[in-house]
Amino acid sequence: MSTLGSLFVREMRLSIRVGGGAWMGVLFFLCVIVVVPFGIGPDLNLLSRIGPAILWIGALLASLLGLDRLFQADRDDGSLDLLLMGETPLELVVLVKCLAHWAASGLPLVISAPVLSLFLNMEPIATAALTATLLAGTPALTLIGGIGAALTVSLRRGGLLLAILVLPLTIPVLIFGVSAANAALDYSMPFATPFAILLALTLISAVVGPFAAAAALRFSSD
Amino acid sequence: MAIIDLANPTRFLRLTDRLLPWLVGATVVAMVVGLYLALYVSPEDYQQGATVKIMYIHVPFAWLAMFAYTVMALASLGTLVWKHPLSDVSAKAAAPIGAAFTFLCLVTGSLWGKPMWGTWWVWDARLTSVLVLFIMYLGIIALWRTIEDPIRAGKAVAVLTLVGYLNIPIIKFSVDWWNTLHQPASVIRMDGPSMPPSMLVALLVMALAFTLLFMTLHFMAMRSEILRRRIRAMRQREAAGASGIATAATAQADTAPRDGTGTLNGKTAEARS
Repeated sequence: MSTLGSLFVREMRLSIRVGGGAWMGVLFFLCVIVVVPFGIGPDLNLLSRIGPAILWIGALLASLLGLDRLFQADRDDGSLDLLLMGETPLELVVLVKCLAHWAASGLPLVISAPVLSLFLNMEPIATAALTATLLAGTPALTLIGGIGAALTVSLRRGGLLLAILVLPLTIPVLIFGVSAANAALDYSMPFATPFAILLALTLISAVVGPFAAAAALRFSSD
Repeated sequence: MAIIDLANPTRFLRLTDRLLPWLVGATVVAMVVGLYLALYVSPEDYQQGATVKIMYIHVPFAWLAMFAYTVMALASLGTLVWKHPLSDVSAKAAAPIGAAFTFLCLVTGSLWGKPMWGTWWVWDARLTSVLVLFIMYLGIIALWRTIEDPIRAGKAVAVLTLVGYLNIPIIKFSVDWWNTLHQPASVIRMDGPSMPPSMLVALLVMALAFTLLFMTLHFMAMRSEILRRRIRAMRQREAAGASGIATAATAQADTAPRDGTGTLNGKTAEARS
């Protein structure tokens, strides 16, 4: 436990201190939300109707941004080889790294979403539903993205390829996240069903993601 | 002949050399019979008229779009679990063919949709999931083309292919959910009430013809991939011999155990013929 605990602390320190860039994601999220009204017009009724969808797409794009550094920084300074050779199972190492990455870059997105929803004229109940779905769904985005990060770790310009590989796999998360968030706007739709499926998707990716990413990391090193 | 015997690329090349003429012949015969049944024998639809004939190529394309991905997933298992030397060749050869079939499925569906639905594209659940499948194919091809070393690329793509294979049912399910939420039952359903036997027979023959076509193309692509890797190994050996630097020899060492014997056999086989 202490190994994984110290790994978590190390990841958090690295991403929060200078050069970590954990807050870049939130800034990018803000930029996306500010740009959208310029594209579709300042109609507040329209914005409040499509607000949850805009915030979800913004969060999806923002969480893709920092992913290419998830394993690459460790590969550059050689610590990835130590993690590969260590006694701790690589699957657990990947899981802890993904959780730390989520805590440093995904959680700020969830926390800033209620503030950004003010720009989109969203009701308090819709904001609450949206924040809950983001809290449940963004870990899945990080865990699925971890697979892409592990696959592209040895490539010099893997960031764009990572987005291409990962985006199709995140479509289910987006669909059920937006469905659950929209349920607060339209009471005829159920909230619990898509929310439960969203939680299930997060749990599935917590199982599949670390195993696939660990396999990809092992193959990339030999 | 067990499947492990085919691990030797030269033996595989010799087998497919004998097999391919028969496969090409069977494909042509099945295609001619299927097209005749589809275009002349099968009846026109009472609502759709002659446009229903698009179905006889559209449905086999859709079936093969899935079939090619299944072949790739099985080949990926072969790469990761059994380390069968030809399975990553098989996976690499299947990817562009599968992408082409998926693309043609989208194109024929679009051409069929224009007279039927009055638009080139609707966000229907099936169309959307096939489009996502197409994007996944393109991602896999992009990963193949980005990693230079074929062995390492094969392993990385195998992981991606299997994760995608797990995801396809989830994506299909979620797109169905999304579609019923957004536009309930406004689209004409593609599978009509019932299909007369003459149409069904024509469709099955066409599906068989397209499966044979896929196998033919797949074997041809695998052959050229094996030959491409031999040329690569020969070039590396030549470069290593010319410079005489030990580092070049170690750089080539990871491909040598597999291609080494195959290349030598290939050379003698070429000298004999």
